[in-house]
Amino acid sequence: MTWKQVFTSSVGKKLVMAFTGIFLILFLIVHAGLNACIWANDGGEMFNKGAHFMGANWVPRLLEIGLFAGLILHIIQGLMLEFSNRGKKAIGYAVSYSKGSKWYSRSMGLLGTLVLLFLVLHLYHFWLPNRSHQGFLLGEEINLYEKMKLEFSELWVVIVYAVGCLSLGYHLAHGFQSAFRTLGVHNKRYNVLITSIGYGFSIFIPLAFAMMPVSFYLGWIG
Amino acid sequence: MQHHEMNLNLKVWRQKNKDSKGEFKLYRVEKISTEMSFLEMFDVLNEQLIRDGDDPITFDHDCREGICGACSMYINGKPHGPWQANTTCQLHMRAFKDGDTIVVEPWRANSFPVIKDLMVDRSAFDRIIQAGGFISVNTGNAVDGNSLPVAKDDADASFAAAMCIGCGACVAACKNSSAMLFLSAKVSHLALLPQGHPERKTRVMNMVAQMDKEGFGACTNTGACEATCPKEISISNIARLNLEYLSAGLTADK
Repeated sequence: MTWKQVFTSSVGKKLVMAFTGIFLILFLIVHAGLNACIWANDGGEMFNKGAHFMGANWVPRLLEIGLFAGLILHIIQGLMLEFSNRGKKAIGYAVSYSKGSKWYSRSMGLLGTLVLLFLVLHLYHFWLPNRSHQGFLLGEEINLYEKMKLEFSELWVVIVYAVGCLSLGYHLAHGFQSAFRTLGVHNKRYNVLITSIGYGFSIFIPLAFAMMPVSFYLGWIG
Repeated sequence: MQHHEMNLNLKVWRQKNKDSKGEFKLYRVEKISTEMSFLEMFDVLNEQLIRDGDDPITFDHDCREGICGACSMYINGKPHGPWQANTTCQLHMRAFKDGDTIVVEPWRANSFPVIKDLMVDRSAFDRIIQAGGFISVNTGNAVDGNSLPVAKDDADASFAAAMCIGCGACVAACKNSSAMLFLSAKVSHLALLPQGHPERKTRVMNMVAQMDKEGFGACTNTGACEATCPKEISISNIARLNLEYLSAGLTADK
């Protein structure tokens, strides 16, 4: 059994989704934690310091490459699985079966695509202007706090971000616990724990993210 | 239990053979007892069709006591019909009301092609079992049963997995047509017992490979399979299968 065989079987592809998914979950914690500095209400001083560490230090910048690699792997593998799975039932049912599973568990492809579309806009708002200003190396950054203030003064941007966070929340509500199941957690005691933490995580983290544009828009922070 | 009779409308999938295009046909059955099984109701309908010179409806059945896994039928949007932990043959007509229209479809999955009407070809499951769902035992005298100690919890969990009757409801219920609940029941059943250990790694690898070859989809842990399984096979078996697969993959020799 070669590595290739292990990771390209139907179970192996799910393992790739689970490993990259958990990696992205860890990233969300770092991202939310750092961004929460906007609520220090110091005109963005603490937040910009944190952003500067992430953007102008070669260690996080190298990790950023890993982040993109994980993200792209998760997206491509996810889309391929979605299309492949959809093709396994040439003729569908006249009456569909929806009682046994949650709608968001059945809609991971759709929710993931919504998150991806949001992500494109999000990178266009912050990552791209900042990195191009740096010449994609370790050059000088833009004032990201001011940029946030600017972008989040538009109502439609705030709404799109809220919808993006909602999609992320539902994606995580299934994805968090599903990832651990795929990695083989079958013990009852851990399943209860992981499901509870998963639901908590999928509410708390997207809510924290959604409150950022809302806070700027409503003038809670200046 | 009070018995009464009722009249029903049936919308049944009719398909001449594997290659022909099927369609729904409407039938009416009258004076059906509430205490009849769903298959007995189909027997009444088939006798009616034979009397009228029509082709009777083909469907799978064998023991008619809920243990063989032969019956299938996707009834009103759920494999094996509305009752929980139940097979079609043990579904009784009291589950329905007078005047109901019942929609009956075959299992839908590319890996389960329709042979005729409501009968599908489930031999893909047999080939998955042949790939590794066994233990190799030397011939000779039977060993004493108590020579291999098995923890009670393991024995119970193994037996719960061994309850799988291989009916294919899990595949029918899954949006991905994944056979993982079936496969995980078979793998867990043997992985939990000492007799299953010598072939543990090759079993899971070969069975997953065969499942992929048969064209079943990948599992996305939605839980639809567990909710419809007539034998209430736990979805935790899928997680155990994943662990078996991961550890076999990580510890492979080359």
